Formats: sequence, C-alpha cells, structure tokens
Amino acid sequence: MEEKKNDLLVSASHKVLKDNNEKVAIKIVNLKKRFGPKWVTKGVNLEVPAGKMTCVIGRSGEGKSVLLKQVIGLIKPTEGQVIVDGVDTTQLTDSELQEHYKKFGYVFQFAALLDSLNTYENIGITLIEQGMKEKDILPIVKEKLSLVNLNEDTLYKYPSELSGGMKKRVGLARTLVTNPKIILYDEPTTGLDPITGHVIHKLMSDMQTKLNVTSVVITHDLELLKYADYVALLYEGKIKSFCDAKTVWESDDPFIHQFVRGEIDGPIQSEIATGKDKF
Amino acid sequence: MVKQLISSVGTGAISFCYDVGNFTLFFAKAIRTLFTTRLKLQKTISQMGRIGVDSLSVSVLTGFSTGMALALQSYIGFKRVGGEQFIGSIVALGMIRELGPVLTGLMVAGRAGSAITAELGTMSITEQVDALKTLRINTRQYLVVPRILGGTLIMPFLAVFTMICGIIGGYVVCVHVLELSPEDYRQSIQSYLEMADIKGGLVKALVFGLILTWVGTYKGIKTRGGARGVGLSTTQSVVISSIMILVSNYFLTKLLENM
Repeated sequence: MEEKKNDLLVSASHKVLKDNNEKVAIKIVNLKKRFGPKWVTKGVNLEVPAGKMTCVIGRSGEGKSVLLKQVIGLIKPTEGQVIVDGVDTTQLTDSELQEHYKKFGYVFQFAALLDSLNTYENIGITLIEQGMKEKDILPIVKEKLSLVNLNEDTLYKYPSELSGGMKKRVGLARTLVTNPKIILYDEPTTGLDPITGHVIHKLMSDMQTKLNVTSVVITHDLELLKYADYVALLYEGKIKSFCDAKTVWESDDPFIHQFVRGEIDGPIQSEIATGKDKF
Repeated sequence: MVKQLISSVGTGAISFCYDVGNFTLFFAKAIRTLFTTRLKLQKTISQMGRIGVDSLSVSVLTGFSTGMALALQSYIGFKRVGGEQFIGSIVALGMIRELGPVLTGLMVAGRAGSAITAELGTMSITEQVDALKTLRINTRQYLVVPRILGGTLIMPFLAVFTMICGIIGGYVVCVHVLELSPEDYRQSIQSYLEMADIKGGLVKALVFGLILTWVGTYKGIKTRGGARGVGLSTTQSVVISSIMILVSNYFLTKLLENM
C-alpha cells in the first residue's frame, strides 16, 4: 500500500531526469500549503536537476512564488518534504535554517534591496554583519558588481537612485556574495522592458555557465525558456508537466502546448472560458 | 442564530488567544536574542537617536504646556482653600509621578512607535525582511532588538525633559501670569518632592518605552497585505501601545506605591 502511494508520488520530472542521466539537487515531495481554508500548493512533486536552469511556469496566482518560498524555508509547508543534500529542510529549526540558507541565493521579484542602505552595503551586508573589514569587503563587492555588468559608479547609490534593471542586477550580485550552490529567481524580469529583460536573461545564463549553479526560475517570460534547460508547469497546485526546454515549443503535452501559445481553449481553464476570475 | 453567535465568539476568543500568544512569544524571542547574540551597539545608539532625540521637541512642548495648564487648574482649586503656596508641589508631583512618563509614552508611541511599525511594515511587505533572512541575517538581532533596547533606554531621558519642562511651565504661569511668589513655588517643590517620586517616574517611563517599541516592532514585522496593511498595522500599533500604557500605568502606580 505504502509502495503504491510512493509510486503515485513519483514526479513527472523523475522520468525525464532519469532518462537524461541528471543528478538531482532538490527533491520536492508532495508539498502542500494551506492559507486559511485555501490550498495553494496541493501536492507538488518535482525534482530539480543539479547545475541546470529549471523554469517553473504557470498562470498568475497558481502559487509559484509560494512554492519557491517553501523550497528555501521562508514559508513552512502544511505537508510534504523538500530534500536538499539528503536533508528534509521542512523539519529544520530556525538556527538550522540559517545554515541551510548558505546553500541558497534568492533573487526577489522586486529585488528587495534595503532602502536605507547603498549598493555597497546591500551587496556586502552578509559580510558586514559577519564583522569583516571594509577593505576586505570592497574587492568582493566590486567583483560581484562586475559579474552583473554594473560599474563602480553605482557603488554608493541608494536603491531609489537605481533603475529597475539595475536593482535586479544589484539583487543578483547580493546573492552571489555568499557563493550559493542553488539560486532561486522569483520572476526576475517582471516590470522590465524587453531589452533590459534580455540583459537579465543573458546574465542569468552567464552565471549558470560561469558558476555552475543550480537555478530555479519562476517566470511568465517565455523568452527566458531559450536559456533554460528544463521547464515545469504548475497548474491547480501541482506540477502537471515537465519537459526539456528545447522541446517546449514542439511539446505534445496539452498543458504546455496551450500555455506557451497563450491559447484560451485547452485543459488550462481561463477566466474567459469559465466566465469568472480565478480569484 | 445562537449557534452562529457562539461560533463567532469562539472564533474571536481563539484569535485573541493566538494573537496574545504570538505577541508574548515575539517578546520572549527578542529577549533571548538580546542575551544570546552580539548586540548591534551602533544600531541601538542610532535607534536611541531616532526614537529619543527626534522626539525631544514634542516632549518639551507637551511637558511645558501640560505644566502650564496644571498650574492654572491647581490655582483655581487651591485659591478656594487658600493653599496657593502648594501649587509648585502639585505641578512637580503630577509631572514627575504621572503626567511626565504617561504623556511622553503616548507622544512617543504616536511619533516613534508608529514610525517603527511603518518602517518595518514596509520592509515586510516589500520582502526586505525575507531578503535579510535568506542572507543569513538574524532579523531579531538586526531589526527588533536595537529598536526595543534603544527605545526602552532612551525613554527615561525623554521623560526627564518632559518633567522639567512641565515644572518650568508651571513656574512661568505661577510667577508671570498669576503673580505668585517664586520662592513659594520652589520651596513647595523642595518640601514635598522625594527621590522615590523621581525613581517611580523613571521606572514608568522605562516600562512605557518597552511597551511602545515591543508593540511597534511586533506590528511592523507581522504586517501583511500591501499599503493598506501598513496603514492598518500603524494605527493598531498606536492604539494598542496607548491602551497598554494607560492600563499598565495604574498597575505600575500601585506596584511602586507598595515598594
């Protein structure tokens, strides 16, 4: 009975990754989250390949950001497991989570830079709080700044003086300071013009190649799929499809097919088709 | 109908207990953080400046005008029984034991407590607090403890200013408006004011500082729901702090009286 239950929980990604002989960096098992009476994630099963970029796509309000926050531990799941390096991170205490965060970098949707700190302080905050001296921090901050193609003029500017694209790049530089093995991106190109969006895509792809990190990207931006290795589609609180990003446009999976083409008719219910808003 | 009423009362009671539990736990964790992690001294001093020094003008003005009004009211009463020479002691005792700490607490709750909630609330809804967590920064050590400690420690100093300004305000009214003897005013204060009164006033100010920063940081960190959420949390922060200050004032007075 238990074996049968486990079989049911085998993720759509498992088969694809096994066929491609990929190592798994993060294993998400039957992850559920409820806010009040509403279930947001309803049993997500997903395996994220190591050293690759996996994009999670899905309609607005499907719980993609909630899923990402459960992966890093910012939101405690109601049920399920998130296994990283053999450890179920959902069971960690606050102090153990602090250690767990060492492995991760998190790029927030709107960068989440601290308003009261300048670029140097924002990027170097972890090192500053560890008690390192400015002369030791400055070269590290400059190096990370150059990695995201920003020059030193921005070093002492405050977030209010930076453009949207620059903020995102500073946010990315900030996550790189701790040399994470896994980077989670929450809609990295939201609110950016197509050109700046393209610059960010390229930057993410370069990071991927240079640093060989595992990336999980929540996105609505289908242009980004060109740079991704795998694509997972979240629908009704579960991963409905998982495929190689190269095959995404030719995929015969009805969910993927409908989503990437933005078609109203198909297995994914739209508010126009159902006659009501999703929420 | 009755079932619905019982259900809503029950839900309200559970929600209240949940909030009180969370509120208490938040404070307990802040205290544990204070004693188990390195204190951010620079941040604490900076908060003392923002909460204390920036509220100085408000405290001075509040103290001065309250002292003036208190002297005038006392004069009206004392004149009927011929006790005008006691106005100084009434103003001093009133300002030091009660009005100084309470009014400072209320004013700082409105000015700095609300600012703490709005600042932390904005940080919460813009994911800045989450960002700090992912960067392995202890948010209680970084954001909460410096505000609670800074606010608590600076409050007695602010209250002293309110008290002194109140006494000066009373003096101005007595001597320059009512044309009473300045010597009587001074003598009355010297005769009836004791060190225990000053200590009591300072202890109250310390507790009120703790209350307003505890409520301010709790409401800020727990803010959800965008700009409306920040507005709601800020209002709740001021209302809860003010009520807690006024209620605790009675119990503190009772407690300090017996000590």
